[in-house]
Amino acid sequence: MTPALRHKTDPGIVFIDNDSAARVLHYGEDFLEEHLPVGTRVVYPPPPIRGLPNPRGAIRHALNHPLGCDPLYAQLRPGMRVTIALDDISLPLPPMATPDIRQTALEIVLEMLGDHGVDDVHLVIANSLHRKMTESEMRRMVGPDIHKAFYPNRYYNHDAEDPNGMVALGKTRHHEPVRVNRRVTESDLVIYLNINLVPMDGGHKSVTVGLCDYESLRPHHEPQTIRDSDGYMDPAKSELSRKVDRMGKIVDRHLNVFHVETVLNNRMYSDALSFLGKDEDEFSDLDRLKLAGTRWSLSRLPAPAKRQFLHRIPGAFELIGCYAGRTEPVHEKTLERSFQQYAVPVKGQCDILLSGIPYISPYNVNSILNPLLVQVMGPGYLFNLYRGKPLIKKGGTLILAHPCHDDFDPLFHPSYIEFFHRLLPETRDPFVLRTKYEEEFAHNPSYVQMYRDGNAYHGAHPFFMWYWGENGRQHVGRIIVAGAKNQHVPEILGWESAETVTEAIAMARSTHGRSAEITMLHVPPIMIPEVS
Amino acid sequence: MSRGEPVNRPAKAAAFYDLDGTLIRTNLVHVLGYYARNDQGLLRSLKTTTSTLAGIPLFLATDFYSRKLFNDLFFKWYRGQSHDRLRSLAEDLYRDVIRPGIFPGTRALIEQSRRSGLRQVVVTGALEVSVRPLLDDLGITEFVANRLEFVDGRATGRLAPPVMASASKALWIREYAEREGLSLNDSYAYADSMSDLPMLSVVGHPTAANPDVRLRSTARHHDWPVVDLSQPNLTPA
Repeated sequence: MTPALRHKTDPGIVFIDNDSAARVLHYGEDFLEEHLPVGTRVVYPPPPIRGLPNPRGAIRHALNHPLGCDPLYAQLRPGMRVTIALDDISLPLPPMATPDIRQTALEIVLEMLGDHGVDDVHLVIANSLHRKMTESEMRRMVGPDIHKAFYPNRYYNHDAEDPNGMVALGKTRHHEPVRVNRRVTESDLVIYLNINLVPMDGGHKSVTVGLCDYESLRPHHEPQTIRDSDGYMDPAKSELSRKVDRMGKIVDRHLNVFHVETVLNNRMYSDALSFLGKDEDEFSDLDRLKLAGTRWSLSRLPAPAKRQFLHRIPGAFELIGCYAGRTEPVHEKTLERSFQQYAVPVKGQCDILLSGIPYISPYNVNSILNPLLVQVMGPGYLFNLYRGKPLIKKGGTLILAHPCHDDFDPLFHPSYIEFFHRLLPETRDPFVLRTKYEEEFAHNPSYVQMYRDGNAYHGAHPFFMWYWGENGRQHVGRIIVAGAKNQHVPEILGWESAETVTEAIAMARSTHGRSAEITMLHVPPIMIPEVS
Repeated sequence: MSRGEPVNRPAKAAAFYDLDGTLIRTNLVHVLGYYARNDQGLLRSLKTTTSTLAGIPLFLATDFYSRKLFNDLFFKWYRGQSHDRLRSLAEDLYRDVIRPGIFPGTRALIEQSRRSGLRQVVVTGALEVSVRPLLDDLGITEFVANRLEFVDGRATGRLAPPVMASASKALWIREYAEREGLSLNDSYAYADSMSDLPMLSVVGHPTAANPDVRLRSTARHHDWPVVDLSQPNLTPA
């Protein structure tokens, strides 16, 4: 049977046969082509849902027909104080081709505010403890006109360490402190413009997390909450979501928040790289040429140039849904639409789960995917991409392809360096790390200064990154990294290493036997396997 | 714990700061220039200012190679100045020269450091008489600075021991920590120049602040944080 005619049991699922083409795996800032063992199941993301033909019309419709509250125009009155909060550069991935959907939505909202005599408007990036965006990134996100009109006095990053910039709204019945940006609390109306790429985005998380400080983040960004969450992508089973929702209800009690949530499709590759999302058996000659050309070019570039090249390729995302109004009804709609794009039905778990780690994560846009972020992508995000039950069986082996260079960005991730080289060699126990060191890092004056006045992630952020991988570490038996260019990075992370994917699979089979079920998760784009 | 309250830990560690180029933009030469410009008598002032300006390249050259050699040459320019005059000019010096030169991030860094429960200590090669008003303003009471030697109320052009420079700053910090029961491992140090490498090396948390090229490179090599206090915070108050 020719590859093109091969039977597919389910859409998005391919089983490797004798004559199957090699599969393309992301390998940091390169790509691998690997022939996988016969019988390996390869899970592909669903094709992109077609974008809405008139995104501006969809946004206007959402603003005028909100869920659970009056239309935006009906809430406006001259002289009122309005704050518009925006998701930061961690969404979407990679940053989308201009105009960013935030720019489109902002143009409509600002026009409406102007028409109603609302002049006191601030734009706040809800970066939480993420790094502050640079001016050029901020300009790109909202477009030059809005940037010129608002930056820097009325368009700025949230500062979670500003001693006078945070206000306590109260505590939940579990004593979780809810603290948010002062400007937001002093506004008559808060408009949150969100981008939903995966189901864990948006909802109560937008204001409660995006505009909070370290104290308010600690109750849920901690190891036990992570352990108590059955995946991050299914809010109903996530303790993290439950805690954030609980805190978010206090936010909603105190603030008038009008959410505008946008759902994007998964068209992350522009035309030039669109072949990366396809089944390799269906590659055209042109696709093969593009793949060979891309690999050849990347192989001749030094790492920083490769990074520049890859980070400059924008995502081709399109709007597939826009909902506005009160937090919960809006997010319910958003989740429904989001799952329509990302969910992939998969029958049965696997013993060995294989995936390539790409060059980008939510935390290294325009920067290096350092070893701690490789960890976040592996046992953190990849493991947690499921609904129902994990794609990999308990005690299974997770194989990741990545070079694992010991390379950090000292401006964006200064505290990561100390965390990785000083703390992880001492202990990988997240509870010990949290108790012994988290506050030291969080209050380290140098890290605070670099977060506030520079573009550094908060001092405590590497801890959250480590906690993020806790469920994966608890669930899987072995983690093997294929293609690591050194021994010490995998060792510090507690992983084994293999020179190639083939060797890694052989090592995994030594545990699970020759008949082990192997599944390759063909990401990115992101998908959410619904495992039955 | 709420924001603005100190972190709940005993003050068993300190933050040690170099001053010139680290917390403030100005340095010893600016201070000397100010004193020279304000020397009594127009003709004398002109002569002293010209002589001081002529000496700047020499200062820069000697500072590049040895802070101690720099000090030996530099403080000779103060020979003959009266103690009263230097002290009476200090407030004006602070107002006209030093205060405008405080980096935008300095106060926030000190405030954060203080909230973290760290004792604030300045270790500087600048003259004690010229830095007092600044330290009063920053609320720093613990410091060590260089003192001119005076005979009959006039400066001899030499420094009174201990002279604060390079390794002697590190030695002072070690002795101070031992005397005060501070943990050097938990302490922080901030400096801008390669000549302060010893001071940075004795604490557990060294940080290069607005570093010169050589210190920046060394900091990167050792994975020390590099802060830039000269950047204004763009978040509106």
